[in-house]
Amino acid sequence: MAIISISNLSKVYASGLVALKDVSLAIERGEIFALLGPNGAGKSTLINIVCGIVTPSSGRVTADGHDILTDYRAARRKIGLVPQELTTDAFETVWNTVSFTRGLFGLPKDPAHIERVLRDLSLWEKRDSRIMALSGGMKRRVLIAKALSHEPQILFLDEPTAGVDVALRQDMWRLVRRLREQGVTVILTTHYIEEAEEMADRIGVIRGGAIILVEDKAELMRKLGRKQLTLQLQAPLPAVPPALAEHGLELASDGHELIYTYDTKGERTGITGLLTALSAAGIRFSDLRTSQSSLEDIFVDLVKERA
Amino acid sequence: MNWHAVRAIYGFEMARFWRTAMQSILAPVISTSLYFVVFGAAIGSRVTAVDGVPYGLFIVPGLIMLALLTQSIANASFGIYFPRFAGTIYEILSAPISPVEVVIGYVGAAASKSMLIGLIILATSALFVPLRIEHPVWMLAFLVLTAVTFSLFGFVIGLWADGFEKLQLVPLLIVTPLTFLGGSFYAIEMLPPFWRALSLFNPVVYLISGFRWSFFGKADVSLGISVGMTCLFLAICLGLVTWIFRTGYRLKS
Repeated sequence: MAIISISNLSKVYASGLVALKDVSLAIERGEIFALLGPNGAGKSTLINIVCGIVTPSSGRVTADGHDILTDYRAARRKIGLVPQELTTDAFETVWNTVSFTRGLFGLPKDPAHIERVLRDLSLWEKRDSRIMALSGGMKRRVLIAKALSHEPQILFLDEPTAGVDVALRQDMWRLVRRLREQGVTVILTTHYIEEAEEMADRIGVIRGGAIILVEDKAELMRKLGRKQLTLQLQAPLPAVPPALAEHGLELASDGHELIYTYDTKGERTGITGLLTALSAAGIRFSDLRTSQSSLEDIFVDLVKERA
Repeated sequence: MNWHAVRAIYGFEMARFWRTAMQSILAPVISTSLYFVVFGAAIGSRVTAVDGVPYGLFIVPGLIMLALLTQSIANASFGIYFPRFAGTIYEILSAPISPVEVVIGYVGAAASKSMLIGLIILATSALFVPLRIEHPVWMLAFLVLTAVTFSLFGFVIGLWADGFEKLQLVPLLIVTPLTFLGGSFYAIEMLPPFWRALSLFNPVVYLISGFRWSFFGKADVSLGISVGMTCLFLAICLGLVTWIFRTGYRLKS
């Protein structure tokens, strides 16, 4: 059974803005799910509805089998949320604010757990510091610590690494993987495609309030990924010879490289034909390499295609 | 009931109070002392006893009520407005807490703070005048009822306000004038008939009258009416809070 089940969810704000259109989505237990989409696509609205911050207009959402409206206490106990904005109690200490969140979620004090969370996030030394005195990256860690304070089974990370440095981003990736190993389901939204590519098991793409694709990451890259074959020529060419026109080649590096783009999901890649044609045309090459299109390329293509 | 959440909110709010203990406690002590210097010693010495109560002593319940109303509203409105302003309200909205628990946490803390300040003013008063409390249980009952009612009112203001200016608007423009005109420093029967009749439309009159009765056994209006009016205001505030949480007004989109 899916740990989060979203059925026919729609949201129309009082302003008339349609944020979500009949969204249905199932998040599997223990997976890392990345939700990608351009600004204003409905990512945050979707997360905020599941977490109880925004009221849905229609549809149904369950978290670990509990309806988020009729059985909200049980549903919310399962969920931790790291919001996009750095919203913290500036005057509180790290220890107090994290303990406060645990209390809000109905759990008794557990200093050992809070210590473990703070140590995991390299916040232990800062436990008595006021949040206002922390850097942006540290504040982000505090938000994650708060979300983990009540040992959630489902963790929402809304743009978790926006504005954080590379070291912290990698720390967070490690933490997310560790959480997954502990059985926590992680749903993240991100603008950094690299992040989804690095971490996600499955990827959903949302655009204009509708889910336009949900796919296993590897499968998505296999299905939609393009590959490029780059041939380094022994002698530069002034232009692509007419005999090779049918292969759709591009000339690069001042005529020193020929680039052939092919679709990995096609029945035939056309590489054999290309190499035969090159040989017939007397074009020799000294080296070759292939590269696969990144998730970013796929994402941009998808969003353009469905626009 | 999620009592851990109630305790967390209550403790969090009270911690803020203790963090600023100097200004939270010292300010009302100083202002009360000033009132006693001005109204009790300077002016009070020229005012005859009211209903047989020396003027300095007569103003004690009014002073406490003045602080109780303003502090209850200020604490409760700020307590819920600040998370809305800072964005940390997301935690409350996404936690497994019912509206009743949220209200108990915030309003309970605001009422506790204002009652504490009320008792501090009472203690400060004892330094200036020989205190006399004829009905101490009723005095405490009025203290609690008023603190809870006006903390609820402050909570509503804190949810309604969409800026710090609005947060100050109701306390400054409505509550303070009503308190001053509600008999804090005089008995309603000292007013000309027209103003006396008009005063009866002021809800604060009933609070101060009942509270003063608990001290001296004398009141502008009967005890039953005082308690009834206070409970009516409490019911109105409860109704407003219930409506806000039911509709998500200013809380959820």
